[in-house]
Amino acid sequence: MALILVLIAIGSVAFHLLSPWWWTPIASNWSYIDTTLIITFWITGAVFIIIVLFMAYCLWRFRHRPGRRAAYEPESPRLEAWLTAVTALGIAAMLAPGLVVWSQFVRTPPDAAEIEILAQQWRWSFRLPGTDGRLGAADIRHVGDDNPLGLDPQDSAGQDDVVIDGGDLHLALGQPVKLLMRSYDVVHNFYVPEFRAKMDIIPGMVTHLWFTPSRTGSFDAICNEVCGSSHYAMRGRVVVEDEPTFRAWLDRQKTFSQRAARSTSTHEAGLHRPAIDAR
Amino acid sequence: MSDAITGPQGGSPLLPEADDLYHPHSWWTRYVFSQDAKVIAIQYAGTALAIGFVALILSWFIRLQLGFPGLATFIGPAEYYQLITMHGMIMVVYMLTAVFLGGFGNYLIPLMLGARDMVFPYLNMLSYWIYLLAVLVLVASFFAPGGPTGAGWTLYPPQSILAGTPGQEWGIVLMLVSLILFIAGFTMGGVNYVVTVLQARAPGMTLMRMPLTVWGIFTATVLALLAFPALLVGAVMMLLDRLLGTSFFMPAIIEAGQRLRYGGGSPILFQHLFWFFGHPEVYIVALPAFGIVSDLISTHARKNIFGYRMMVWAILAIGVLSFVVWAHHMYVSGMNPYFGFFFATTTLIIAIPTAIKVYNWVLTLWRGDIHLTVPMLFAIAFIVTFLNGGLTGLFLGNVVVDVPLSDTMFVVAHFHMVMGVAPILVIFGGLYHWYPKVTGCMLDARLGQIHFWITFLGAYAIFFPMHYLGLLGVPRRYYETAGLGFVPPSAETLNAFISLVAFVVGAAQIVFLFNLLRSLRHGAPAGGNPWRATTLEWQTPETPPPHGNWGPALPVVYRWPYDYSVPGAPEDFVPQNQPAPVRAGAVP
Repeated sequence: MALILVLIAIGSVAFHLLSPWWWTPIASNWSYIDTTLIITFWITGAVFIIIVLFMAYCLWRFRHRPGRRAAYEPESPRLEAWLTAVTALGIAAMLAPGLVVWSQFVRTPPDAAEIEILAQQWRWSFRLPGTDGRLGAADIRHVGDDNPLGLDPQDSAGQDDVVIDGGDLHLALGQPVKLLMRSYDVVHNFYVPEFRAKMDIIPGMVTHLWFTPSRTGSFDAICNEVCGSSHYAMRGRVVVEDEPTFRAWLDRQKTFSQRAARSTSTHEAGLHRPAIDAR
Repeated sequence: MSDAITGPQGGSPLLPEADDLYHPHSWWTRYVFSQDAKVIAIQYAGTALAIGFVALILSWFIRLQLGFPGLATFIGPAEYYQLITMHGMIMVVYMLTAVFLGGFGNYLIPLMLGARDMVFPYLNMLSYWIYLLAVLVLVASFFAPGGPTGAGWTLYPPQSILAGTPGQEWGIVLMLVSLILFIAGFTMGGVNYVVTVLQARAPGMTLMRMPLTVWGIFTATVLALLAFPALLVGAVMMLLDRLLGTSFFMPAIIEAGQRLRYGGGSPILFQHLFWFFGHPEVYIVALPAFGIVSDLISTHARKNIFGYRMMVWAILAIGVLSFVVWAHHMYVSGMNPYFGFFFATTTLIIAIPTAIKVYNWVLTLWRGDIHLTVPMLFAIAFIVTFLNGGLTGLFLGNVVVDVPLSDTMFVVAHFHMVMGVAPILVIFGGLYHWYPKVTGCMLDARLGQIHFWITFLGAYAIFFPMHYLGLLGVPRRYYETAGLGFVPPSAETLNAFISLVAFVVGAAQIVFLFNLLRSLRHGAPAGGNPWRATTLEWQTPETPPPHGNWGPALPVVYRWPYDYSVPGAPEDFVPQNQPAPVRAGAVP
């Protein structure tokens, strides 16, 4: 048993060092999160190794032999106080940087560009502000076949909003973004492993998340909160590119009013309200 | 705890005497509708292990899909989500909670405290039968139209009651009804355990002389009595949302292009209710395991548990703190992010009393006389896996580190290690330890060793590498990850490896079952106290103990439960009911 425990300690460290499975190369400003995680790895790893090896030593050194008798040692307040203090110190060493980074995580910088994400079973839609730099109002009451995001047709701020329904989301390199996330059905979660950040999306409220893309590339965006039987297939794509390429892409997208005009001409009916389910 | 004890301190009015007990008149009232806590314990444990075996088989199918996607054509996405939901719920509630409190609690509380039975035997019997009904309702959902619910064991609305989730018709309703029944049944048992511990201890058995097993089960029961009502409320409200169209948890919703008649409810409210129950639930499972493992280590290392008083206070501190950490399951839920500061702090603080317990177990080994019996092997393995799982909890509890890891396989690996593998190792250790008292026969040690090594090393090989998949970003609750660019092909290889090990570990449990059944007939006679232990359950006049436990006179307790290897004592253990003044050094 003692030998096996030593092997477990060595094996765990070896696996950690040799593992080909490690986090994806980061593509956002949240390298602080990685740093905090590494600190935690060092502290917890050291504790694990020390305790397992100490146990292995005890099991070998104090194994039963004929005539052996255990010591009688009910407690040792000094040792216990000392261990408590060291533990508290280790905990503080992990918690303090964690809370510092969290305070950055919860405070969105004022220059962050607002982008809306609408999650539905089982796909992603996006909305970027148009030339006015503002997102127009939206509500579940306005949702229709031609208005999947439920933009308020009366709100002038929304007319120039770029609506991406079923396409990829493009982001500009180095531009902080604040994602405003909504859902019209169930709880979802927007997660791009390379950005490290994620947040649930709750129907009936708007949740948000901010980060700054730090590397160009094309990344998988996945739903990370179980949302029904096709949860695993709810995937999207985020493309990070330099500012000029991003601008050029944005200019090619249709605005809300362009989409509405096109659909009015094809359907004539325009916007309609969804029927109320009978049940 | 001085050894000069005063002797009996007068019976408590609630301390049942042998004549007060309802004695069975027939085979039915002796073995089926029994009011004897020991029979009820066996019923609880047997039912829980049986449904746990079902959950084990479900996990095989889960691993079949994850390790070898597409191989099992009968597992589609809907079936996969039903599998993980039922596996999770069965293991957490119907298996772990029921075994520790209903099984070990019923058997050990009266015996370890020197009581004749629980104080409310009839309620105790009712508790088991309602639990059995809850299990049957749950099992019925497998056969209901549409099958069991596939909402994930957390049952988050709105999806849990909408048509996009499998089992929307019957499965979720049966699940909620079953949970409500379980909670009702548990409350009957729980009230019993608490009152028995507080009122029916043998003369001389002060609270600070109770074995840590009883402390753990007692505290866990108090937690459960306070935490389960939150789940009950959540389940009732969701049932109303589903059946009567109320909107407790349902905001305005469009489903498949149709606007539903819900509006104004809060999905996140359910998450608070669920985790207000769900986090204490972790400790409802863990605290009895802590207690049992303390007693196993002490007995088989022939040494008193190190720092008994600290161990008791740590159990109580964990119990209290467990009620102010729940939202660490909700860091990325969309709740006010400033909660993160508070909950990260409380969560990391709870690590301190937990760490103290680990230190004290390890220090109990120091200068012990360690017998590597099968129960001891399981206890040591518990420390390793619990330590591992506890340390990864520090990643997830530290709010910002949780952000990338939340809802990935890291979380799956973490909670399986800490509240799956670790407590189950204790259950096995406890069964190997107390089986001789329950049956009078020893379990076969060689089969036990085989069972132990495959289970321990296999479980570690399953869940340790799984953390690294989560670090990579592999999400949990994914039917398949094919097509995800950040998941390399080597991850598939690792998944296949994990699945193969899981099949072997699962199969090894058959060795255990075989051992349990075979030893009933062919096990070596155990005698009354095969481990030479100090606690009262080993001092019964007969083994297995009959109804009433103690014969004509209740035992009288003269000392704490850890008088092992007392200097000057003739034997290396002094039973709690032995009056002779044994010099006991600086006994607390």
